[in-house]
Amino acid sequence: MSRASAAELGRLRWRCRRGMKELDLLLAGWLDRHQDSAGEPELAAFARLLEQQDPLLMAWFAGRGSPEDPGEAAIIRDITDR
Amino acid sequence: MSAYQFVDHTYDVVVVGAGGSGLRATMGLAEAGLETACLSKVFPTRSHTVAAQGGISAALGNMGEDDWRFHFYDTIKGSDWLGDQDAIEFMCKEAPSAVLELEHFGVPFSRTEDGRIYQRPFGGMTTHYGKGIAQRTCAAADRTGHAMLHTLYQQSLKHNANFFIEYFAIDLIMQDGECRGVVALDLATGTLHRFRAHMVILATGGYGRAYFSCTSAHTCTGDGGGMVLRAGLPVQDMEFVQFHPTGIYGAGCLITEGVRGEGGILRNADGERFMERYAPNAKDLASRDVVSRSMTVEIREGRGVGAEQDHIFLHLEHLGADVIHKRLPGIAETARIFAGVDVTRQPIPVLPTVHYNMGGIPCNVHGEVVTRRGDDANAVVPGLMAVGEAACVSVHGANRLGSNSLLDLVVFGRAAARHCAEVVKPGVGHRALPADAGDLSLSRLDRYRHAKGPQRTAAVRLAMQRVMQNDAAVFRTGSSLEEGCQKLAGVFQGLGEVGLEDRSLVFNTDLIETLELENLLLQAAATIHSARNRTESRGAHAREDFPERDDEQWMKHTLAWVGGDGQVCFDYRPVQLQTLTADVEAVPPKARTY
Repeated sequence: MSRASAAELGRLRWRCRRGMKELDLLLAGWLDRHQDSAGEPELAAFARLLEQQDPLLMAWFAGRGSPEDPGEAAIIRDITDR
Repeated sequence: MSAYQFVDHTYDVVVVGAGGSGLRATMGLAEAGLETACLSKVFPTRSHTVAAQGGISAALGNMGEDDWRFHFYDTIKGSDWLGDQDAIEFMCKEAPSAVLELEHFGVPFSRTEDGRIYQRPFGGMTTHYGKGIAQRTCAAADRTGHAMLHTLYQQSLKHNANFFIEYFAIDLIMQDGECRGVVALDLATGTLHRFRAHMVILATGGYGRAYFSCTSAHTCTGDGGGMVLRAGLPVQDMEFVQFHPTGIYGAGCLITEGVRGEGGILRNADGERFMERYAPNAKDLASRDVVSRSMTVEIREGRGVGAEQDHIFLHLEHLGADVIHKRLPGIAETARIFAGVDVTRQPIPVLPTVHYNMGGIPCNVHGEVVTRRGDDANAVVPGLMAVGEAACVSVHGANRLGSNSLLDLVVFGRAAARHCAEVVKPGVGHRALPADAGDLSLSRLDRYRHAKGPQRTAAVRLAMQRVMQNDAAVFRTGSSLEEGCQKLAGVFQGLGEVGLEDRSLVFNTDLIETLELENLLLQAAATIHSARNRTESRGAHAREDFPERDDEQWMKHTLAWVGGDGQVCFDYRPVQLQTLTADVEAVPPKARTY
């Protein structure tokens, strides 16, 4: 069970709002699947990932490079390996 | 209402929205020394402008002969003569300086070998009034929109503009027909803010999410249009909704027109390059409405691809991996992730998908919001302006040309800032706000926050999206539009019976999505009722029961007012068929063929 507060989950969900529909779908999809099970470190990594620029996120999802942060990289892999 | 306290702010100008037009306006306002606040519900570089990959049009002539008059002609023809020729002249003439200015600010445009800005062909863009194909579209690789947002945001900060990020604008503060400010909710703290200003500029973008299948990001809920309608002002030409020919089948994600500009080809189930039949000259690069209709006809006549024969293939394989990766890198990725295809070996399954709203808040070339008041069809609404996709100037008329959108953003964002700099003097005092300022916002916020009805916001939104997708799509007919209008009235009832579980004000996404849904729904009503009302076919509005353009009856802009119950009433404004200056001759209406 996630220990994140409703406000914290709301903040993450709001920040899944991107300029590109592709990213809306990929990021909100991850949160839907993991918000109840993810631990605090994973949600913190997701929050850091959401701070990245849209074109960079698109490039990572396309396999062009990956985040240095292992937590962020794991989330990218989780999304692209589906 | 005493449970809520306002934090009060006063600025010379408040801009709502931080996409391309909002940021260009903000930058210009701050540069002119006006105290400027820019409110945005998402971080500026996450505005939907970031998705504009194709580029920005300007007759620079870097790749061969070009002239802003050719661009002017193309835009009028693209608009199917619903565009206002004074505004189109203004936009096309200002385009080269607006683009060079972006270059100067730091947008890294792609270059030719000799160092000039590279320009590519785009649908509907020609030379010599339709005779040749123009190369007019400037791009910063596939990141034009992002580069623009990033650059304009930095420039705005440099000029000390004040940003209020993750602030959701709820409603305008109106007093005796004049706009005095705007109310916003700070999502992070749940506090309510009242912004008083000499001028409010709405730069809130389109309302693509009124439809089920759209290329728009989730944030595109047309909040400015909703605010304007609730203020008792009309929206204009809402029946004109652009379907992009190449949304990925299923996901709706956009495949930019730049793909066809670089030589991508649409083929039907027989492998035929069918656009040769519909547009013998322009072929796959014909205007978007023409291509979308042609694809829809192919599918209807049984030549669609796939198991359900319900889509079309876009081929790029023949371009070779080098060209694809060099000129169209984002495309290969998008196609792989959302369609599961390798574009160097397989075609992309595509379908016409809602992409852009030509309609919006009626404005003049300065960005001032106008309405009809008695005999005056150009009556200015004091204190209120609009720019970008939220506005209807109208430079796009019944159909927008690709790469004219980014141009619209910067040209009219800049013009709005210039106009404010002329009419608003820095530091001039403000009158007190009326005693009831902000009450409309509070009552709506409070009602939804405590709503206990049986309906869920997502379900009501889906019902609206289905109605719009089924009954107000590429081809329309009187009976289905009538049915759609009735069904949409039911959706309004559904919104009245909505219930929320989360009563908080901090990052309550359900609450924000409900406020957004009301904005979408008001504009969906304006769209489908205006479509039923307009008994002709023009540009993106294709009526099967009225297949011809009817200039005698319908060369006019629709104004639509929408009540809280979804009732719509109409009036009209004339199309401006005269140019702004003697620099160019007006283009009289004629049949539109490509």
